[in-house]
Amino acid sequence: MAKHEYAFYPGCSSQKGASASNYLTSVESMCKTLDVKLTEIPDWNCCGASIGYAEAGELPRHVLNARNFALSEKNLPGQEMVATCAACWLGARETRERLTHSDTLMADTREALKEAGLTINEMPEIRHMVEVLIEDLGFEEMARHVVRPLEGVKIAGYVGCQTNRPFGVAGESFENPAYLDKMVEMVGAESIPEYDMKVTCCGGALAFSEPEKAQAQIKDIVESAYDHGAEMIVTPCPLCQANVEIYQGQINQRYGTKFNIPVMYYSQLMVVAYGGDAKAAALNGQLIKARRLEEIAAKPVKR
Amino acid sequence: MSANTAVADKYRNNFLKEIEEQVEMGDWVKMCMQCGVCSGSCPTNFQSAWEHPPQELFMMIRAGKREEVLTSTSMWNCTSCYNCIVRCPRKLPITHIMHGIAEYAHRIGMAPKMQPTRFFSGLFWKNATHTGRVNELKLSMGLYFKDGFVQGIKNGMAMQSVALGLVKAGRLNVMELFGGHKCKDQKKIHAMLAKAYEIERTRKAAKMAG
Repeated sequence: MAKHEYAFYPGCSSQKGASASNYLTSVESMCKTLDVKLTEIPDWNCCGASIGYAEAGELPRHVLNARNFALSEKNLPGQEMVATCAACWLGARETRERLTHSDTLMADTREALKEAGLTINEMPEIRHMVEVLIEDLGFEEMARHVVRPLEGVKIAGYVGCQTNRPFGVAGESFENPAYLDKMVEMVGAESIPEYDMKVTCCGGALAFSEPEKAQAQIKDIVESAYDHGAEMIVTPCPLCQANVEIYQGQINQRYGTKFNIPVMYYSQLMVVAYGGDAKAAALNGQLIKARRLEEIAAKPVKR
Repeated sequence: MSANTAVADKYRNNFLKEIEEQVEMGDWVKMCMQCGVCSGSCPTNFQSAWEHPPQELFMMIRAGKREEVLTSTSMWNCTSCYNCIVRCPRKLPITHIMHGIAEYAHRIGMAPKMQPTRFFSGLFWKNATHTGRVNELKLSMGLYFKDGFVQGIKNGMAMQSVALGLVKAGRLNVMELFGGHKCKDQKKIHAMLAKAYEIERTRKAAKMAG
């Protein structure tokens, strides 16, 4: 039996061929090393994300998340629900909080869930993967598996918004969370605690609908990473990763910059440090290749 | 009678009450003390994106500026970064109030039709709830073709290198256009959501009647 077991909510962007499929691949490799068992919630649905608000209303949005709770409870009773995506985690957590605090909303939700042939008795706890790593495993346990430290690689920890606000990771500050820097140190790389754009918004969904506004923000995020001497950026959020990585070319055209900095997930760094190869870390999923990590991933492991 | 005239008629001179009863988290608006921390914390506010920043909208609501608030593009500039929420000294759930006012303006047909984030927001929800899971390719295509076919092709061309990069990295699948990821229980998801809308409508109508 695995040391830790969770009901897994991968989310739309993590699916095969979707924008964060590289995140999922690396999380699976990471969990194998750490003996964490993730069981996918059968037939889970989209959380609605923040951006669905024009049509979502209040109850439909919560009902959508509640369906996942009901499926989790029915199929994986007693297990906590773990999300890798910031938006999934936030959406689910928000619904859980609202339903806990309003009997009317809970009653209405149960009424609507009947139509799906489901019910809620006890809602699962909603966790983000980084919470599992930090709180359930701890830095010591995470560090224990490092066999290939990312020595000499300087990495800007970009936490972004929704993994950090409004809930955040317990004990961390909203303005200057330290856990991602600690994770960078844990894999043997060099962190940049003074990176001043670590909680700046990447523009979220506005990167699609109003790109000029989002790209102005992304520019600041990337520029500051360069100013602090970073070779790459690391993030826990799928939308942060995509926005900060894929629009660098367009930003270069718009602003005359020469950005070309890789943007990684914490799980990719961990897989390489744990001795995994480029495939296990899904390094092929980068638009801007992380050459330095590819080189390290090709080196033999010191056991 | 349009949805807008019905509510406007009912709440005639009390726009604050209208917001309190019809908008999610609207009953928090009166708690704003006009300190402006939300405006100073908003990432899009620095690009002169807001016609009216949050605390200004809250004061306008209290001043009864109904038309100006509901037709404004302001709420649609929210990136859902939640910075205003964690910094508000009065703990107003500002992000949710912004979404709530936007949703209400959209619901009663007052929201600016061509505001791109309003369009994208509706598109996202329909995309996600159609099969239960987001189809990223159809979502992007739907946005590019918002202003017609010719503009759609132009938008698609402008995004060509990004799209090709994603395809090469295995993060965009062109086959998604012909189906893609979905939930098995779609029918029941639709029934469940229809029920949720029905309950929500009934509750809002009851508030208006009471």
